[in-house]
Amino acid sequence: MQSVVPKRTSAPLGATDSLNPKLRRKQRNGVAGYAFVSGYFVLLVLFGVLPAVYAITLAFTSTGGHFVGLSNFVKTGEDFRFLPAFEHVGEYLLIWLGSLVVIVVGLALMLHSISRRVSSAFRFIFYLPGALAGAASVLVWLFMLDPTVSPWREFLSLFGFKNLGQTILPGHLPIIFAIIAFWAGAGGWIVVTYGALNNIPNELIEAAELDGAGAIQTALRVKLPLIKKWVTFMLILAFAAGTQLFVEPQLVGEASLGLISPTWSPNELAYYFAFQDNNFNYAAAISVDLLVIGLLCAAVLVFRTKLFEVE
Amino acid sequence: MRLFNRIWSRTFAYVVLLGFTAFFVVPVIWLLLSPTKTDHELVVGNPFAIGTLHNLSHAIHVMFTFEDYALLNWLKNSAIYSFGGIVIALACSIPAGYGLAHTQFIGRRTLLGVTLFVMIMPATALVLPLFLEANAVHAVGTPWSVILPFSFFPFGVYLAYIFYSSSVPKDLLAAARIDGCNEWNVFRRVALPLARPIIALVTFFAFVANWNNFFLPFVMLPNSTNYPLPVGLQDLLAATPAFNPGQGGQVPIYRPELAIATIVAMAPVLIVFLFAQRSLVSGMLAGATKE
Repeated sequence: MQSVVPKRTSAPLGATDSLNPKLRRKQRNGVAGYAFVSGYFVLLVLFGVLPAVYAITLAFTSTGGHFVGLSNFVKTGEDFRFLPAFEHVGEYLLIWLGSLVVIVVGLALMLHSISRRVSSAFRFIFYLPGALAGAASVLVWLFMLDPTVSPWREFLSLFGFKNLGQTILPGHLPIIFAIIAFWAGAGGWIVVTYGALNNIPNELIEAAELDGAGAIQTALRVKLPLIKKWVTFMLILAFAAGTQLFVEPQLVGEASLGLISPTWSPNELAYYFAFQDNNFNYAAAISVDLLVIGLLCAAVLVFRTKLFEVE
Repeated sequence: MRLFNRIWSRTFAYVVLLGFTAFFVVPVIWLLLSPTKTDHELVVGNPFAIGTLHNLSHAIHVMFTFEDYALLNWLKNSAIYSFGGIVIALACSIPAGYGLAHTQFIGRRTLLGVTLFVMIMPATALVLPLFLEANAVHAVGTPWSVILPFSFFPFGVYLAYIFYSSSVPKDLLAAARIDGCNEWNVFRRVALPLARPIIALVTFFAFVANWNNFFLPFVMLPNSTNYPLPVGLQDLLAATPAFNPGQGGQVPIYRPELAIATIVAMAPVLIVFLFAQRSLVSGMLAGATKE
């Protein structure tokens, strides 16, 4: 009996140490976990959450700091520049997303039907202009669209364009921005789509061919349905990014000698309210509009497609 | 008949692919050739003719000495902002990805979810809110107003998380703990050295995103001496008579010079692309699926 007692007294000590290691690990881990994410967490709060919260606060208050409800949203919405800005971007998105579905998917299917080595060279070439995203791509295309120096001047003259001013008329901008977006961005999407096609099991394609399907039929009836969720993924991301158009109209506007409105896109309009009118509340209201669009796109991607399964 | 169809559809595929190759490549070739020619030659000559070294060195000289070496200054700024942002982004995102993948704490899943959300949302959506915030704390115009938002790179956290949860087994870390490592040393001595490929990947993506970013520095930095290259390009565009013959004329920046500036702006990213092609491509796919 006596020998048991010391053992018993030592047992609870041992329990914390070895009998319940899971609990201990979890606690120790907990503190360590916070330490590992702390730096990122601070950045997330300061440069992700706080600006959004502050923009929302500004959007619902007056310049004097009083709560005004939806008034800023209504007033910016009724502004004569508001609807055109969204229409411009809408037109651009229609062309850009259409070309993604038809051309990007089409090219990826073609690349998938030829030999791997040749297709990898093509993919690299298509991907390369991605290095010139942003301001550089716009400058390059100002040259390409200028009938006096463009390597495609004969092609441009078919449309009767004689100088840059005629090519970049305001009505042409949606398609021009879609071409620039395609030039700099399509390659990346072709690579992604091609990767998705590569994930299709070979047996499925062979089975279709045994059943007598030609190359085109296999592409459209077997491959295409299997990469549908990737196409959705691409469209949502391209849509979200496309609503944010800023650098393209800004630079082309600069080259157009005032022909193009400085409030061509919603982001430009928000910028205009902030910097020309010094009305941060209006600017915030439009930013919140755009933020909501971005959030909705993210929500659809996260909750409706199963592409981002975290564990 | 089937053989005929096959040949026909393959020929069609090659014709289309070559056509698009021209579309993607011609602008790059034209851009690289144009500084070797004079502005006049660009207008009257064959677009793909190669000019002279003399023209090239003249254009380089004019562009680089313009406004007291403004181009070099912008280049320096671009480098400072991009790399400053990358260093902080790496220091925060690699440990965060590791913590999310291999430790347990309250709020972990929430943090993961929020990361996913902000990663998908276009970064541009936050630019004006960031400006309003920076303006409220009087940080506008400082390099930090660009570097710190650059450091917030949720995609890097996601890439690190995917890497650690799929490629680094828990047993390996447990073994290190049994050998007496504390949590910090497990990370520093085991997990961090394994992360070399993912560090390279995050660096590439952050570099391309930071280097090409226009909107954020455009709103944050009102002073031309603080501009990074993309914003500097817009400045050149506003001053040059190249596209608007009526405009100015006092600035000696014509199309060959403008092409030099564009080449300088794109060269670093192009070089990164050429050397990191494979990892960039695999990263684009890794960003979307957990394989």
